[in-house]
Amino acid sequence: MSSLERNPMGRWVWTDAHGVRHEQVIVVRAYPVTAPEQGVGIMDAEGHELAWFDRLDQVTQRLQEQLRAAIAEREFLPEIQRLKAVSSLVTPSVWTVDTDRGEARFMLKGEEDIRRLTGKTLIVSDVDGVQYLIRDPLALDKHSRKLLDRFM
Amino acid sequence: MTPTTPSAQRPVIPDARLSEVQSLFQPDENATAFLEVDLDGSLKFHKSALILTDRRLLARAEGQKNWQIWDLQSDSRLLLSDHAGVGSLELMTQGRRQAVWRFTLGLQASASRMVAQLERRAAQLGGEGRPLQAALSEAVCPVCQAPLEEGADECTRCGREDLAPPSTWTLLKLWRFGRPYRNQLLLGFALTLASTAATLVPPYMTMPLMDEVLIPYQNGKPIDASLVALYLGGLFAAALLAWALGWAKTYILALVSERIGADLRTTTYQHLLSLSLEYFGGRRTGDLIARIGNETDRINVFLSLHLLDFATDVLMIVMTAVILFTINPTLAVITLLPLPFIGWLIHVVRDRLRTGFEKIDRVWAEVTNVLADTIPGIRVVKAFAQEDREAQRFKDANRHNLQVNDRLNRVWSLFAPTVALMTEVGLLVVWGFGIWLVAHDRITVGVLTAFLAYIGRFYTRLDSMSRIVSHTQKAASGAKRIFDILDHVSSVPEPTQPVALPARVTGRITVREAGFRYGNRAVIRNLDLEIAPGEMIGLVGHSGSGKSTLVNLICRFYDVSEGVIELDGVDIRQLRIADFRRQIGLVLQEPFLFFGTIADNIAYGKPDATREEIIAAARAAHAHEFILRMPQGYDSLVGERGQGLSGGERQRISIARALLINPRILILDEATSAVDTETEKEIQKALDNLVRGRTTIAIAHRLSTLRKADRLVVMDKGVVVEEGNHDQLMALEAAYWRLYQAQQRQAESEGAVLGGVVQEEVKA
Repeated sequence: MSSLERNPMGRWVWTDAHGVRHEQVIVVRAYPVTAPEQGVGIMDAEGHELAWFDRLDQVTQRLQEQLRAAIAEREFLPEIQRLKAVSSLVTPSVWTVDTDRGEARFMLKGEEDIRRLTGKTLIVSDVDGVQYLIRDPLALDKHSRKLLDRFM
Repeated sequence: MTPTTPSAQRPVIPDARLSEVQSLFQPDENATAFLEVDLDGSLKFHKSALILTDRRLLARAEGQKNWQIWDLQSDSRLLLSDHAGVGSLELMTQGRRQAVWRFTLGLQASASRMVAQLERRAAQLGGEGRPLQAALSEAVCPVCQAPLEEGADECTRCGREDLAPPSTWTLLKLWRFGRPYRNQLLLGFALTLASTAATLVPPYMTMPLMDEVLIPYQNGKPIDASLVALYLGGLFAAALLAWALGWAKTYILALVSERIGADLRTTTYQHLLSLSLEYFGGRRTGDLIARIGNETDRINVFLSLHLLDFATDVLMIVMTAVILFTINPTLAVITLLPLPFIGWLIHVVRDRLRTGFEKIDRVWAEVTNVLADTIPGIRVVKAFAQEDREAQRFKDANRHNLQVNDRLNRVWSLFAPTVALMTEVGLLVVWGFGIWLVAHDRITVGVLTAFLAYIGRFYTRLDSMSRIVSHTQKAASGAKRIFDILDHVSSVPEPTQPVALPARVTGRITVREAGFRYGNRAVIRNLDLEIAPGEMIGLVGHSGSGKSTLVNLICRFYDVSEGVIELDGVDIRQLRIADFRRQIGLVLQEPFLFFGTIADNIAYGKPDATREEIIAAARAAHAHEFILRMPQGYDSLVGERGQGLSGGERQRISIARALLINPRILILDEATSAVDTETEKEIQKALDNLVRGRTTIAIAHRLSTLRKADRLVVMDKGVVVEEGNHDQLMALEAAYWRLYQAQQRQAESEGAVLGGVVQEEVKA
């Protein structure tokens, strides 16, 4: 029986169906933004694929929890839900935002760091390379939309 | 730098925190590092404080009451790693992970300082282990990772002043370009003053004409012909004078502004060329072209036309106001009353217009970007029959452009008629009040006519003045985009005190503990490499293993974020960039030929090369013969990307180009991978001539092309995993062996299918 467990070093270990242990594996999503529940892979330290799950909700409860835990500690793409304030309307500008991971402040270096992903989704990269997601600019509240509009 | 504890220079723990943690410390326990991480275990934004002392590590998440404490042991380590913008810091003791903290990448530098402090401490505790990142424990700039000078808080290399928001004041920065022409500008200003004054004479003449000629005539007196001739002559003379002065001022100022515009363009382009590849990597070509082309032109027009008009208008208004007050203060007050109101209106609209124009600029860049994306990729577009999709993309961008313009025009179109309406209302008021004053014999009819003549001009000037708002905003947003480039400090800066290279460079390259990060991805990690003079190194590894990045670092297209790269024992950051690059010959996978003759292209790195030298280089590169077969020989024109030449021919021209500058270091970045095996043999012969006696770094996907290498360096995920010659590495049966086996299998299977001819995959 395959399993995903954490070793004392805090690394993830994948034991496949043949009972082979793979140390230091990582769990990745294929479409973290557009389809987070579909397409999850386990890769070894060299980046080779060890296992693939078409859908997260189709694996056993235990494995699903472990997969989600492994993903959660790697994946970081805070979703901006509200723009609270911007230090100036021209870049560079410090943004204070509410995200699904709490309030954050970051510096936007230039307007070109706001990029359109697919459809409506926007990716905002800050000066340190941390990326933030705006899933649907039109779904933001009026204040946020107005601020965002000045940079778009 | 002497290894003093930072506490000697500045407090480790911020004052605000000091009081609450002071009580935790044992006697003579010293804090050595403090870090406030900003994420919690589930990667939510939540602050935790970490304090490293000489014996313990203390941590407390915000909102928690008690500090968690770990005692340091000799094998305690902090492991620093990062992925996708999140860094993690793990405390390991006895092979077990004790705790993990996470933070966004902005804190990377402080985190690595803490790691270094612990390593230093652990080395003292255990007596073993070398402080790996000792260099990093010096204060470094959080922006560019450059070590700060002792005691300096601000990084001299990147500075943060470019992070201040620019405004209309950006235009003042243009003075830097105006200064060389200040004499002409002064003359232009004097002429403006004089010509404006001249245009104000005619309305003044209407007063005596009315009061001394026309009104007396209506009252029964005959017209005094000589008086009329005098006044009319005066009118004509004033008009002539205004004409001549106006011509002179416009000509001089246009001349100057044209020169300022040209200087601006040249300076910007020159600066752009000096920026690192990193800058170009993050920008779109269309946008940069638009900035240097359109924006400089816009600023130019602004200076020569709009600003000049505005200055004239302001002068005119001030002078008119003075004249009106001297004629009749009461009527002057009434006349000038709408002025503040119009000023307010301008102010309101100004804000909306500025953002509007910035938006239009961005949208416009979007439109040109679609073009810049598609036209170079036209083969792919056509091959996949996506012309309609691309046309649609352009249409969409254009429609967006229209929308934004429409929205702005709504405000803009309201603006001009409103000013016109106010002009009419203003005139009405002056008429009404003027008639009332005339009726009460307070002023003469002549004074009223003069007023009406003055303010007829006055208000039209206000109208055109109001346009300056949009023009200024346009020019300011243009200037901002230009100064974005001009103020961008190259991330590959020229040293302030360059070290001179010896006359004979041997070509020894030393890479020590180099690290490089691209965006939030660490591409090169802790890499050590020593290349002896004249040695040929083959860099091997999967794509994405960091080979090209390493080469880019050695060429100093980017600067390492950690560690050093040395040429003959000198840090390459201390050398003048041009001096250093002159030592490097670069042959790329896709040779780029500039528009010009073949000879020009070969002599690109050494424009003063003689014809004989060019031919010698071409001969050595095995390019001489095919060049002679071309109709115009060395004078044949080769176009954009060298169309009309085959891949192999272009490559041999670029080899000749590298040969001509006679570099000490040679870099072959997949020089033969874009051609078939036959051509490869030709190129290989040319390369053999090139490599002789030079330090060579060759990247090749096809391992067979690296047989001549003295040493192979196998890279994986940004680190060197194996080193040695072919046989040694094969004997290891590890990474290189796997790569080799895979290629052998591929070559065999392709050989079976294609009858021995290895076909190159189509490059997209």
